[in-house]
Amino acid sequence: MIRVTLPVHLRKLAQVDGEVALEVAGQVTQRSVLDALEARYPMLRGTIRDHVTQRRRAFVRFFACEQDLSLELPDAPLPNAVATGAEPFMIVGAIAGG
Amino acid sequence: MSGVRVLVGTRKGAFILTSDAKRERWEINGPHFAGWEMYHLKGSGVDPNRIYASQSSSWFGQIIQRSDDGGKTWHQPGTPTGESTSTPEGMPKAESNKFVYDTSSETGKPLTTHQWYDGTPHPWEFKRVWHLEPSLTDPDTVYAGVEDAALFRSTDGGKSWQELAGLRGHGSGPKWQPGAGGMCLHTILLDPTNRNRIYIAISAAGAFRTDDAGKTWKLINQGLRSQYIPDPTAEVGHCVHRIAMHRSRPNALFMQKHWDVMRSDDGGESWHEISGNLPTDFGFVIDVHAHEPNTIYVVPIKSDSEHFPPDGKLRVYRSRSGGNEWEALTKGLPQRDCYVNVLRDAMAVDALDKCGVYFGTTGGQVYASADAGDSWAPIAQHLPAVVSVEVQTLP
Repeated sequence: MIRVTLPVHLRKLAQVDGEVALEVAGQVTQRSVLDALEARYPMLRGTIRDHVTQRRRAFVRFFACEQDLSLELPDAPLPNAVATGAEPFMIVGAIAGG
Repeated sequence: MSGVRVLVGTRKGAFILTSDAKRERWEINGPHFAGWEMYHLKGSGVDPNRIYASQSSSWFGQIIQRSDDGGKTWHQPGTPTGESTSTPEGMPKAESNKFVYDTSSETGKPLTTHQWYDGTPHPWEFKRVWHLEPSLTDPDTVYAGVEDAALFRSTDGGKSWQELAGLRGHGSGPKWQPGAGGMCLHTILLDPTNRNRIYIAISAAGAFRTDDAGKTWKLINQGLRSQYIPDPTAEVGHCVHRIAMHRSRPNALFMQKHWDVMRSDDGGESWHEISGNLPTDFGFVIDVHAHEPNTIYVVPIKSDSEHFPPDGKLRVYRSRSGGNEWEALTKGLPQRDCYVNVLRDAMAVDALDKCGVYFGTTGGQVYASADAGDSWAPIAQHLPAVVSVEVQTLP
């Protein structure tokens, strides 16, 4: 089970509290995790990745295991600790004004 | 007994203010969508309980919300509150926040570029919905004016959106450029006597009209003069801030331009200036009295670089003659040390007798007049910066 944390605005939008737990088939990558997240919470489509290009929105960043993964390729494997559920995949709103 | 519902969009959420027809005591409900930028909320004239709302964030993009009970509860269209947002097969039920520019060869011209601030070509990039305009006849049909400027329409209650691509296909797109607030389509006026006629306005391109329900569009900027662009009388490039119309005279249009208050009596074919004795003719809002089609309201703002009222005095100006002769309305409004702005979508009127007039400020106040502007009182004083104000007159 993959653990995902969402920023507060997206938790409210998805009507969830705390972490989200997802089943991800196959290799655990940014793309497969976000695909699973959006399949379960369709209201998040377009809020993390652009609808058309599927690129990460400019003010959204990804972290895990104390690493900034924002610039990693979407199909690069995520750390094993994320794949095993030991650590969460963190979706974070960039700190950029209010 | 009838009443009034005021829909207020702010930088950090939406608020709904309600009163009976006396308009003396107000109840404030909110914030809805706390923390999100609420550019606009507007109710359907056909079904007052149907309200559409634009919820957006620089971080997380655009969301469309809908209420079917007058703002008590909200949901993303296609996903009723409490229901699963996906089908049993795991597919999303709706794509209510998906605004994708039309690039198909069948319905739209290929996507061009517009001008960036420095005049260089810039690709169209969707940012947010500035204005939602429900159909006058069908509660499930609603138009959306977006940044970067384009017009979208939903015919399924906001579940899905399609661009009316003829507007960007007009051919003048490469000459459009953003105003300071972005390149937004902010005004949508539906002609109540001709369902095929729609007026829109874009900062900074100008005003357009369609007479075939959005298939083709015509620039209607003859008579506008803007000293701040290379050719002051150019056909395209004017920074129109807002256009207003009275339902009984849809060919008479009133415009607050970047500078200048303008009027057209021929459906936008030609414009003439009606700034008259205003202390400054810069401003954002303009609106028309509900029962007097020649009575109009503006809030003069000092200048394009000083977005606050002249002399620190917040004054609404009213013309009962369709322009040129203006009177300052000050009773109940701060007349010293006031340095707020009133943004383009932040004024509205109700349909009661006497006509109520409402506007919101970037200081978080919402002012109301229950006597057509003769006197004013704050009905909310400490909201986040107000972006939009709409009014529903309830039966």
